[in-house]
Amino acid sequence: MAYPAQYRYTKDHEWISLANGVATVGITDYAQHELGDVVFVELPKPGTKIETGKSFGTVESVKAVSEIYAPAAGEVLEANGELQNAPEKINSDPHGSAWLIKVRLANPAEVNALMDAAAYEKFIAEKGQDASA
Amino acid sequence: MNSTIKKATRHTNQNEGLIFEKSSPGKRAFDLPPLDVPAADPARALGGHYRREGVQGFPEVSEIEVLRHFTRLSTWNYAIDLGMYPLGSCTMKYNPRVNELVARLPGIATEHPYQPQDLSQGCLKILRLLEQCLLEITGMDAITLQPAAGAQGELTGLLLIRAYLQKQGNPRKKVLIPDSAHGTNPATAVIAGYEVENIRSESHGQIDVEKLREQVTGDVAALMITNPSTLGIFEQRIPEIAEILHAKGALLYMDGANMNALAGVVRPGDLGVDVMHLNLHKTFSTPHGGGGPGAGPVAMKKILEPFRPIPILVEKDGGRLALETVRPDSIGRVKAFSGNFGVLVRALAYILAYGPGIRQATEDAVLNANYIRHHLEGVYELPYSLPSMHEVVFSDALQKKNGVNTMDIAKRLIDYGFHPYTTAFPLIVPGALMIEPTESESREECDLFIDAMRSIAQEAADSPELVKAAPHTTRVRRLDEVGAARKPILRWKPETPAPAPLEHSAKAHSKHAMDTPVGPTA
Amino acid sequence: MRYLPKSPAERQEMLAAIGAKSIDELFSSIPERFRLKRTLQLPGPLSESEVIDYFQQRAAENSSGYTSFLGAGVYNHLRSVVTDAIIQRGEFLTSYTPYQAEISQGTLQAVFEFQTLMCQLTGQEVANASMWDGSTATTEAVLMAERITARQRVLVARSLHPEYRDVMRTYAQNSGLAIEELPYEKTGTLDTGALQRALKDDVAAVVVQSPNFFGAIENPAELAGAVHAAGALLVVAITEGVSLGLLQPPAEADIVAMEAQSFGLPPSYGGPFAGVVASREKFIRQMPGRLAGQTTDSEGRRGFVLTLATREQHIRREKATSNICTNQALCALAATVHLSLLGKEGLREMAHQNLSKAQFALGELEKLPGVRRAFSAPFFNEFTVELPRSVKLANAALLREKIIGPYVLGTAYPELTKHALVCVTETTSRAEIERFVAALRRALEQPL
Repeated sequence: MAYPAQYRYTKDHEWISLANGVATVGITDYAQHELGDVVFVELPKPGTKIETGKSFGTVESVKAVSEIYAPAAGEVLEANGELQNAPEKINSDPHGSAWLIKVRLANPAEVNALMDAAAYEKFIAEKGQDASA
Repeated sequence: MNSTIKKATRHTNQNEGLIFEKSSPGKRAFDLPPLDVPAADPARALGGHYRREGVQGFPEVSEIEVLRHFTRLSTWNYAIDLGMYPLGSCTMKYNPRVNELVARLPGIATEHPYQPQDLSQGCLKILRLLEQCLLEITGMDAITLQPAAGAQGELTGLLLIRAYLQKQGNPRKKVLIPDSAHGTNPATAVIAGYEVENIRSESHGQIDVEKLREQVTGDVAALMITNPSTLGIFEQRIPEIAEILHAKGALLYMDGANMNALAGVVRPGDLGVDVMHLNLHKTFSTPHGGGGPGAGPVAMKKILEPFRPIPILVEKDGGRLALETVRPDSIGRVKAFSGNFGVLVRALAYILAYGPGIRQATEDAVLNANYIRHHLEGVYELPYSLPSMHEVVFSDALQKKNGVNTMDIAKRLIDYGFHPYTTAFPLIVPGALMIEPTESESREECDLFIDAMRSIAQEAADSPELVKAAPHTTRVRRLDEVGAARKPILRWKPETPAPAPLEHSAKAHSKHAMDTPVGPTA
Repeated sequence: MRYLPKSPAERQEMLAAIGAKSIDELFSSIPERFRLKRTLQLPGPLSESEVIDYFQQRAAENSSGYTSFLGAGVYNHLRSVVTDAIIQRGEFLTSYTPYQAEISQGTLQAVFEFQTLMCQLTGQEVANASMWDGSTATTEAVLMAERITARQRVLVARSLHPEYRDVMRTYAQNSGLAIEELPYEKTGTLDTGALQRALKDDVAAVVVQSPNFFGAIENPAELAGAVHAAGALLVVAITEGVSLGLLQPPAEADIVAMEAQSFGLPPSYGGPFAGVVASREKFIRQMPGRLAGQTTDSEGRRGFVLTLATREQHIRREKATSNICTNQALCALAATVHLSLLGKEGLREMAHQNLSKAQFALGELEKLPGVRRAFSAPFFNEFTVELPRSVKLANAALLREKIIGPYVLGTAYPELTKHALVCVTETTSRAEIERFVAALRRALEQPL
């Protein structure tokens, strides 16, 4: 799966995209591949304040629970309600319809410090995995 | 490829639906003697509380249907009575049948925890003798038999440590836990109100003592150690470890899950351990019963004695025994009544059968593990080479080259008539195979196990798909755990239709002929 | 030794095969100075018959030959011999936790049936595979409510079993939970005025037991409204599950914590028993304990697996919310077999016999001068009486007649100075009830 050029990426395999001051956050294809079949997602309620680098939720497979870390700080505007009933979307469409939360960023400039698609692909290639599934 | 499986053969095995699916109004399986007092009018006695229509959906079946139902279900299980469980750190040993008999004796099974203590001296003597035996085995000064399981024993142990340190003015903040530890350890530490700090193992899988020296500060309440470690290797520097902790006023907690390597040979109390729990359902033969009940007594040094959970067993004048609950420093009650008494009875029966000869069991357990290690070294990768005690940890590194992992090998072992070993634990060994045979396995059973593991290693090299799709010979194939977690169905509902009678599919049927070696899937 | 399948020759052969000269070599990693040079001082070894003798002697030093009127959280009920015939089968008795589902379908299906029975009994939507006992189940229910509501204050009825409250306090001391007790009123049930005054929007849970420790039946349906209005959860503890054969289940409760001992487990001096936590489906991920779920295999057959395992501590490690690892599988199995044997009508009949005998016993007791029922709420198989004099003295006299008298309430409830909790089940015959009443009459007539 390709990594959208307009997104930014973290070392913990989250992606973030910005449009009209609202950021959308999700986990990458690499992350979903590592996790295996996703069975449950725990996301924060609208209004929750999230801090850069701190965990804001979890993604679960049958045998493991993974924390999801905030790429940037802000206030949660919306959590993706579809994932409650269809967590498997994270496996099939991690960069698109399986976005996790929408956030109003406290400091949008934070995003510029994150890896771009090319840098992220290099990062995961160095981890010894094939970047495109 | 032609593998011959020696220990198991397919056999006709009964199908059975849910008990609710056999239910039909008017059937009964149990009669009560007639009522010998005037019948109460429930509507009048209970008013609005009266449950007029009874329990909806409750089964209505006959006695023979109940007996057949559960008998058929039982035949779908593997059990120690059928063969080895090589499960690391579970110590699946023989559950002696006399233990079942004595636990059921009238006068033992029938006693009420609130009956007068003068009428309970038999029960109290049992508790007393068990306490004394476990203290002798562990080399400790005091003990509580209250905790219901190992995990509860761990929590009790940490609460004791906390209470002791609190009494000295500072309960401290952190508990150190090795990265090889079982998940109950950090979970328990958090529930006891402590932060967890990991301590790394060094290259031989032992606790890194130099790192420990740095990490033990005035903020550390305790180190939780498992000995032998979860790799089955004795922590050789444990006396030093104890000294480092004690010098800073911290305590050493030992997870006693691996006592089967130590009983009669060495005593944790002598090594400097301050407090430890035992798993009676592991080392002391009480049955696992499909997942419980167990018991997790906690043995401790004198300094922790005042904080023991109530009730406390004491001996009064004239040898009379009593349970007392007034103890100002006690951490309180950890469960109602007085421990899992029925489990404690079984453990005492086990100890009495062995007497001082309990050391022989430990020696045989260590012999079996080393025998298996010797014959599988080179066939599976051995990540840590220090001597094994009662269990050995291999990894799937050699088999991974063909895409076969520890889970696959474990599932294929089922076709060979064994229960799998412990997979994927400890976490410090990627792709771990943790094997603990216990002393209950004969040489013949050990040899069958070794043969099976060697054969599977060969299969992993020659026909990996066979291993990856295992098991092939069980009633059900691999089950959809993902679906079960995404859309949990946790109870039967009357409106759910019963599935069609369980039939093997045509594809499956062709390879399930009896007495032929199992080949690759069609 | 009969439990060890090795002959001396085999041991030697195995040592030789691995190149060790003696078994001591295999223990060389233990520093020499710590290896025991002496044999442990332990009683035994005993032959099988000697083991049995030992325990028979202990059994004879207990309460054989006495009739008991004790309940207070542990109940004597009829059990079928079929139950032991099943749970003593090696495939159930000696099997491991069903992590390897393909070879544990017997255990897993039985657990699924247990979960179903518990839901049917309690009127809840989901139930777990059992916990250690009712006391820890109640504590876990409270911790669950704390997680769900993110609040820390818990209101607990004083009429909840004293030892259940003790256990809750032990667990609360490190978790930041603030536990407050609510009084009872003269009916014997929860003081609803006190509840109303205490209910604020910082309460996680309100905990009542029904029938409560005094035997009085509480009103979960009436309490639920006020509790929910404050955003709190209603937790109902049940120590006498047979009551559900005749009593409305607490369907309005958010969490039910039940002790299953009454369903085919002998008193066994206090354990092992089995607790259950049952609740709504929406709270499933906060529920402690194991869960068996239905699923299908790769060829479409129905099967069962342990599921939602990510709640459990061996996966969450330091982020775990509960440290319970075992369930009480064999005890839960015994309950499943027992309830299947009793069935719908058997459970109802058993409950009806309990109710009838307790009513009869109370009627006879109230004929004694100065003996009256202390509380007015409906009761099931336990009730509180007030005697004209000390219960302890009365019980001492009863003991001389080989009767174990009712539970002395004054120890746990100092204000109930002359009160006793009488329990009568289907196992107590009319003749024994009459003998008890007659003996009590004599005890009360004795000069002080």
